[in-house]
Amino acid sequence: MSEQKIIEIEVLRYLPESDQAPHSEVYKVPFTDDMSVLQGVQYIKDNFDGSLTFRWSCRMAICGSCGMMINGIPKLSCETFIRDYYPQRISVEALAHFPIEKDLVVDLSGFIEKLEAIQPYIIPKEPRTVEEGEYIQTPAQFAEYIQYTSCINCVLCYAACPHTALSPDFIGPGAMALLHRYNMDSRDGGKAQRMELAASEDGVYNCSAVGYCSEVCPKKVDPGNAVNINKINAGMDYFLRFLSPKGGAK
Amino acid sequence: MSKRRPYVRSMDGWWKKNPYYVEYMVHEGTALFVIAYTLVLTVGVVRLGQGEAAWNGWLEAMQSPLSIIFHLVLLAAIAYHAFTWFKLFPLTTPPLVLQGKKVEPCAIVRAGWTAGVVAALALLVIVWGIAA
Repeated sequence: MSEQKIIEIEVLRYLPESDQAPHSEVYKVPFTDDMSVLQGVQYIKDNFDGSLTFRWSCRMAICGSCGMMINGIPKLSCETFIRDYYPQRISVEALAHFPIEKDLVVDLSGFIEKLEAIQPYIIPKEPRTVEEGEYIQTPAQFAEYIQYTSCINCVLCYAACPHTALSPDFIGPGAMALLHRYNMDSRDGGKAQRMELAASEDGVYNCSAVGYCSEVCPKKVDPGNAVNINKINAGMDYFLRFLSPKGGAK
Repeated sequence: MSKRRPYVRSMDGWWKKNPYYVEYMVHEGTALFVIAYTLVLTVGVVRLGQGEAAWNGWLEAMQSPLSIIFHLVLLAAIAYHAFTWFKLFPLTTPPLVLQGKKVEPCAIVRAGWTAGVVAALALLVIVWGIAA
């Protein structure tokens, strides 16, 4: 048997009932090569301090719950391995640009409101009855938006985008990717409603193309591209209204 | 009563916290050098309009050691700006589909560079031709 390896995990703690501000605590965690950072944090909770609070669920990078700043980079802690950092210390902090609720848990209510605002569901062009059958879509039409359906709402892109904190009302990359996903869907007729939001003060023009959102996305959704395409779309809407009074922005 | 007290972290110095943000800020910052160079050229055009003596004075000023050092700094900064600007192409262009396949980001960057270099060379040849 090889010697048990120990890694130092520094966790930014915040206990709203007793702390005025977050503070760091360092834990020495024994680990094996197959352990994720999430498992390291779970080890701390199970063995050192049961009050440590964090979100997790699936452990396989699909639920989008366990996002954390790991050495300052937004990552899903379930697919980030301790062995890749050893023997350096790992620092773990709640996702940046969100208010900290407690320890590693952030307040997502602002994001949820933005998600609701973009109407992330199909608004049919023409409602069909059951008798009329399903909405038909070709593989080519599906290919138009499939990339954006991969979003798991893990909000790593918000933790990567400084503008989501500098302009807290900015719809942000993740919700904009979903806005784009529904706008691109051939069955959808809600584009005009959504573009009003995309072109508004809270919309795409808050983005200055930092591009880090797409870099950290664990599902290769490329939300930054969705935001930037909609700058073009919003611009087209603005100028085309002169040519097409019935279409474009209001 | 709710014990909630969400803590909002400061954004002071945010761009120093990650090398990616530093690169972004340097990219944005080097745009100022592009503006500086357009000002230099604009002054040249104004001096040209003021007659031969003014124009020759401007040409002479351009050849001073200080001006040459300034232009070398501009060249380095603008080259970096161009490099990072082309790198952003895949982020800002709508997805391109050729023969049913999505064009890879590196191909978009390469196409941007090719178009940029060809345009610059074409301009150089034309100006050279006119001057000759």
